[in-house]
Amino acid sequence: MELTLSVDTDGRLRISGACTVATVPDGTGVARRLLQESDRRHITVDLSRLTHLDTVGAVWLRRLPAIAAEAGKDLELGEAPAAFGNFTETLSADPEEPAPSDPDPVINAGLLDRLGEKAYAHVSASLSFLYLASDLTWAAVSALADRRGIRRGTFVEQATRVGADGLSIVAVILFLIGGVSTLQAAAQLRQFGANVLVADLLAIGITRELGPLMTAIMVAGRSGSAFAAEIATMKFTEEIDALRTMGLNPLRLVAVPKMWAMLLTVPLLTIMANFIGLAGGTGTGVLSLDISPATFISRVQNALLLKDILTGLVKSVSFAWVITVVSVFHGLRFRGGAAGVGEATTSSVVSSIFAIIVLDLVWNLLFYLR
Amino acid sequence: MNETSGNNTVVEVHDVRVAYAEDLPPVLDGVSLRFDRGDVSCIVGGSGCGKSTLLKTIIGLVAPRSGDVTLLDAPIHDLAEVERDALLRRVGVMFQYGAMLGSLTVGENISLPLEMHTTVEAGLVRDVVETWLERVGLAGTADKLPSELSGGMRKRAALARAMVMEPEVLFCDEPGAGLDPITAAGIDRLLQSLNERQGTTIIVVTHELLSIERLDGRLVMLDGGRVVYDGTAREARDASRQDLDLFFHPR
Repeated sequence: MELTLSVDTDGRLRISGACTVATVPDGTGVARRLLQESDRRHITVDLSRLTHLDTVGAVWLRRLPAIAAEAGKDLELGEAPAAFGNFTETLSADPEEPAPSDPDPVINAGLLDRLGEKAYAHVSASLSFLYLASDLTWAAVSALADRRGIRRGTFVEQATRVGADGLSIVAVILFLIGGVSTLQAAAQLRQFGANVLVADLLAIGITRELGPLMTAIMVAGRSGSAFAAEIATMKFTEEIDALRTMGLNPLRLVAVPKMWAMLLTVPLLTIMANFIGLAGGTGTGVLSLDISPATFISRVQNALLLKDILTGLVKSVSFAWVITVVSVFHGLRFRGGAAGVGEATTSSVVSSIFAIIVLDLVWNLLFYLR
Repeated sequence: MNETSGNNTVVEVHDVRVAYAEDLPPVLDGVSLRFDRGDVSCIVGGSGCGKSTLLKTIIGLVAPRSGDVTLLDAPIHDLAEVERDALLRRVGVMFQYGAMLGSLTVGENISLPLEMHTTVEAGLVRDVVETWLERVGLAGTADKLPSELSGGMRKRAALARAMVMEPEVLFCDEPGAGLDPITAAGIDRLLQSLNERQGTTIIVVTHELLSIERLDGRLVMLDGGRVVYDGTAREARDASRQDLDLFFHPR
């Protein structure tokens, strides 16, 4: 089926064949050329030989006068065959002028306006975040004394998901990081004949920094994203509204068990991660640096200070807190459909990792700045 | 035993205006209504006329820009959170798609309000849940997840959850939407029996003609965010008004 356009001897534009979604894309160019080549000012269109017409074709025909006007011509559509009577209304309707669009305030505004809008949006989001952070923290603390509004068993369920289920991946990552840190440290210290100090560096690096930091990043990617996705989905499916109408506080029912699960399990994961990271580093050191296991372990023990382990744990508690608040915040800020859930999840992970690193810097300044 | 208000009015909406943004046209524009205890009422109208927004405004999920909403003698939008939660325990809401908590089983969903708001022992809670499941025709589904139920079954489970605290007033958002005629009729019969046997005030948002006829109560019609009809369903069907005629006899 083809769409044929031609100009007959009387100067009429004859459109014949199939004027459908499959054929009109090629027809516009031909129509434009024929209209420009025509030496007549007023052109009528003969539709009597149309064999097929659909809605796209009818709308395309209706747009032809506008195309002709671009070429300075006046076009008049003829009658379509009676068989296409159901398209008569479409054909005869006045082509809709696109409504003058409201100027986009953001695009058309000046630089200062745009900056102001962005700043306002960020300040507003920051205030919402602070409000939620204080609300959630208070709900979590008050839940210690008053467990009303919190379902039995949800803390254990969440702690299992965050802690036990996350242990294997945290262990593998920290084991590998311990090994890599040892190799990198050895590559530098070997130049000064100080291979044996690799153990000291490993012990301090893992307990003070890499153990808490990598554990938190893994938990943010694994559990924080899951929290954000779960809460966003609950919003999407009106479950949060349903809880409110049952007289239940969604923060207490949904977020508080997650908060306590994170506050308890992330430090525990960090302790495990420290051990496994040290084990990975020790194994690599013993195998590749010609240091005896007893010497390596002894150096590690000597280098480790209780302060380093405790500061690592303090960090991990703060990381757990910030991951929970950020993920709940992004879950509750969800807008839109399935894409919104994805956006909430991504934003949660990115913001959590950013917040973890900023917090890490703050703790380092507090603990180690001389 | 439920605390009941002395007043016969369960919901009073006075000159309520709702808009989702200051620069957007209002979804509800000066709506004033009163719903009395023990009545069955249908709020009807075309898509986008503000029916669901009205329901959400009454139950406190959407705050009006102006006007007053009184639910069971309390100004719901002016209450502190604790007071509002206490008020909402006297109300049941059945959402359009059920809004069952996906991570809990059907039984856990239904028992949730009882577990959270009462000290009823676990064994009794289980029996109450089973009783409600039988009443809505879902016996034996307590251990299933909501995702394992069909749309109609989910709505019936949502009805059981909404009724488990024996609310004074039950709100239903499109209870029959998207269901086959037999299931939809079953839900309407359940609503009727709750009204007749327990005296529950029922307020239904719907655009299902058959549902309106089956429930056969008061009819409130909204159009463009305003109340355009308030009377009985029977009178509305026979009224010689073009908008009502078009609604009841669409051509």
